Amino acid sequence: MKVPIKVTVNGKVCESEVEPRTLLVHFLREELGLTGTKIGCDTSQCGACVVRLDGATVKSCTCLAVQADGMAVTTIEGLAQNGNLHPVQEAFWDNHGLQCGYCTAGMIMTVTELLQRNPHPSADEVRAGLEGNICRCTGYHNIVKATLAAAETMAAAPASTTATTEATEATGG
Amino acid sequence: MTTRLFGSGIRRREDPRLITGQAAYTDDIKLTGLVHAAILRSPHGHARITSIDTAAAAQAPGVLAVYTGADTEGVLNPIPCAWVIPDSDVKAVAYPAIAKDVVRYVGDAVAVVVAENRYQAEDALELISVDYAPLPAVVNPEAALQEGAPQLHEDAPGNQAFHWVAAGGDTDAAFDRAEVVVRDTIIQQKLIPNAMEPRSAIASYLSSMGELTIWNTSQNPHIARFVTCLVTGVPEHKIRVIAPEVGGGFGSKIAVYPWEMIAAFCAMKLGRPVKWTETRSENFVATTHGRDHVEYVEMAATREGRITGVRSVVYAGMGAYLSTAAPGIPTILHGLMYSGPYDIPNIKADIYGCFTNTTPVEAYRGAGRPEATFLLERLVDLLAAELNLDPVEVRRLNLIPKFDDGHDVAIGLTYDSGDYQRALDMALEHVNYGHLRHEQAHQREHGHYTGIGVSCYSEICGLGPSQVAGAVGFGGGLWESATVRFYATGKVNVYVGTSPHGQGEETTFAQIVASELGVPVDDVELIHGDTDNTPMGWGTYGSRTTVVGGGAVALSARKIKDKAVTLAAHLLEAAEADIEYADGNFFVRGAPDQGKTIQDIALMANVAWNMPAGMEPGLEATAFYDPPNFSYPFGAHVAVVSVDPDNGHIVLERYVAVDDCGPQINPMIVEGQVHGGVVQGAGQALWEGAVYDDSGQLLTGTMLDYALPRAHLVPDIETLATETPSPHNPLGVKGIGETGTIASTVTIYNAVIDALRPLGVTKLEMPLTPERVWRAIHQQDHQQDQQQDQQQG
Ligand code: FES
Ligand code: FES
Repeated sequence: MKVPIKVTVNGKVCESEVEPRTLLVHFLREELGLTGTKIGCDTSQCGACVVRLDGATVKSCTCLAVQADGMAVTTIEGLAQNGNLHPVQEAFWDNHGLQCGYCTAGMIMTVTELLQRNPHPSADEVRAGLEGNICRCTGYHNIVKATLAAAETMAAAPASTTATTEATEATGG
Repeated sequence: MTTRLFGSGIRRREDPRLITGQAAYTDDIKLTGLVHAAILRSPHGHARITSIDTAAAAQAPGVLAVYTGADTEGVLNPIPCAWVIPDSDVKAVAYPAIAKDVVRYVGDAVAVVVAENRYQAEDALELISVDYAPLPAVVNPEAALQEGAPQLHEDAPGNQAFHWVAAGGDTDAAFDRAEVVVRDTIIQQKLIPNAMEPRSAIASYLSSMGELTIWNTSQNPHIARFVTCLVTGVPEHKIRVIAPEVGGGFGSKIAVYPWEMIAAFCAMKLGRPVKWTETRSENFVATTHGRDHVEYVEMAATREGRITGVRSVVYAGMGAYLSTAAPGIPTILHGLMYSGPYDIPNIKADIYGCFTNTTPVEAYRGAGRPEATFLLERLVDLLAAELNLDPVEVRRLNLIPKFDDGHDVAIGLTYDSGDYQRALDMALEHVNYGHLRHEQAHQREHGHYTGIGVSCYSEICGLGPSQVAGAVGFGGGLWESATVRFYATGKVNVYVGTSPHGQGEETTFAQIVASELGVPVDDVELIHGDTDNTPMGWGTYGSRTTVVGGGAVALSARKIKDKAVTLAAHLLEAAEADIEYADGNFFVRGAPDQGKTIQDIALMANVAWNMPAGMEPGLEATAFYDPPNFSYPFGAHVAVVSVDPDNGHIVLERYVAVDDCGPQINPMIVEGQVHGGVVQGAGQALWEGAVYDDSGQLLTGTMLDYALPRAHLVPDIETLATETPSPHNPLGVKGIGETGTIASTVTIYNAVIDALRPLGVTKLEMPLTPERVWRAIHQQDHQQDQQQDQQQG
């Protein structure tokens, strides 16, 4: 038996019918073809699958598609606005915050929310905030560096970043 | 127009697709008609299969087929081992893609279901009923060789996979004469690589043409094609292996696994493309592990601290079968590195390969060299403690003096270049070692236990001369090739046989071409990973991609430059000898303004309107580079830890890495490799370890039970470098992908022991969990109390 759902994904309304057991991450990847969100584990440990659901970060492997019914999802594909990278994406690029890139979508999505909650984090706060995301390549050094750099650019140019943040939240409304 | 040259830390050219979610990893790829395979795996470490009933699964919704070992037997050849080390009596036991009669580890394949979607395939797995008669199992490599141990393979009596000995000098005599001998038993615990992208494969077969295509999470697609041909019988030229975006490997994506062969089998049977992607839990048992040594090691020395000999007896776990490169790792890549950066006249490595009822072992970042560095640096610290010397002084006393062009060590290797003393000096100066020791003493007085670990290392990588590969039984060459192709527009494609998966060579190789030929870095695009459109190559592992593959790129670029000089001379109506080159411009000496740019040359060569007599059109070149020697990067690392004796908790306070990989093409990427490597090595020291029970159950089978390093557990990594070019490499470069892991495990371990020494703890088993540390401290307390009681009594 399939259940109808209506989810706004990256600003676009998607109506679909899913099996109730379908995980949100599978809905995004298999139904919608949004494969930027990754699956790195099956025990909710790695954070490769992090997306924002009505603005909050969730592990989309630990959430059913039906739970997202009526809500707004932002994935890595929805982060850049009008062809401009989000400052966090830019900072990851500038600071070599990724190697194989597999953890990157989850990391970036987590960091966008982290900086929204705490726009001026210390390095320790960044590390604590990344506790739910595993990266096997970078040793985290440059991910932390990128996050701190993004915080700085976002503080220096609050207008553009708020725009993105609002976009995220607006889709949630 | 700026050309970005060698040595510049430019941001990576591969990143835009990775930070936007546009990159396509294997599991992201969809094909028309794609169906999904799920593999049923043995829940037993060792058991006889008495019956399998697949009828219910075959009837389940969406299921296309269920296959067992009875179906694949005789169709798929056994999975071969490709590194049969010589003179070692290697037992290359049959490794069937799907087990038929006996399962030998938790994870061995028993059946496969193919269904329209993954959910259906996994549902159907639960409907297969298998009767097992459990057999006794053995999981410890040393125990596997004991008399009476459960036997895994009829054709490997005593579970011995091989026995390999290497020696230089007269080690036994050195030990007989030694003034001091220190010994240790080291457990190099089994590790689970956990590349963040699980393994995955899609197989597609065009029956009319007999063509098999496999998208494969591989570090070495050309080797994968070769082995796929041996297993499936499809001729090599009809197989295409594509390693698309690959999410980390660390050695675990070197092997050619049964799983992609099963996918190929299903695709050929069903005429539909078949995808298999492992879950993480499946990855823990089905993707190769690393390390797993039980080592008895000794060092002989004089009273002054001069090392006179090192010897070992090592039991190296192979798991249940020999994975692709497994036998070469504890032998060639381990036993031959017992000299490290030291001048040691007598060395002997005595290595047993052992079958156990565990997941097969393969290369894991560092592969053999972390284990060699560990035992050496451990023994040096024990020697220093025994002689009451500062561990740094013992190292200094034994380091090989600076050399630029070759140094022979007792075991028969010739290191390329080294300046070990300088790296050590830099590391010590950076941390202000004297001050650090002073502070440590001060803190101890106040009941705070900090520890300092210092280590020196030299490692072998940049694999390697093909002649040596042949001599040591590696089933292939180790050269690389590259094609550099200029188009009429001046843009460039570079095609390589190596297969980077996070190491950044799309940028590094573009920098090589840019610096050799003066084109902008953004005009160079690297093509890799697809056997159909890249020249033959042996892949990305053993820190060889930039060293060997980059060497091939440089040589191709230089061939192009030679042709460009000839063509420029023709176009400028000058003698070739009068043509000079600077930053992308070819000109007659003294007239740089009237020169031809490389773009002009590319245009003229591609349209071929005005070529010198006999010159072929086009501007492209292919070079094959077979390195004359390995590369031997080196360095010195320092770790500072604090240990809380009340709860055994260790904090890694500081980590300093001085590494020398010769000239750095992209320092930002080099540093990134060191950061990641150091933290991976820290994982082994502090958190990671595969734990099996006696029946072969993996007790650490998820990320909940197997602790990977996380951001809040590690500090920033302080990276420094010295630069000692390799004399034989076209770019002077050495590998850097594994050095961090090679050095950091023992550096951190030594720091922890250093912290605990005042508490009487001199030895611990890894990982150094708070529980182990706490128990060790309190056991000492207990013993001390007893001693005091005895003395008082
Ligand atoms: S895939 Fe969701 S936490 Fe690992
Ligand atoms: S970049 Fe590879 S896992 Fe983070």
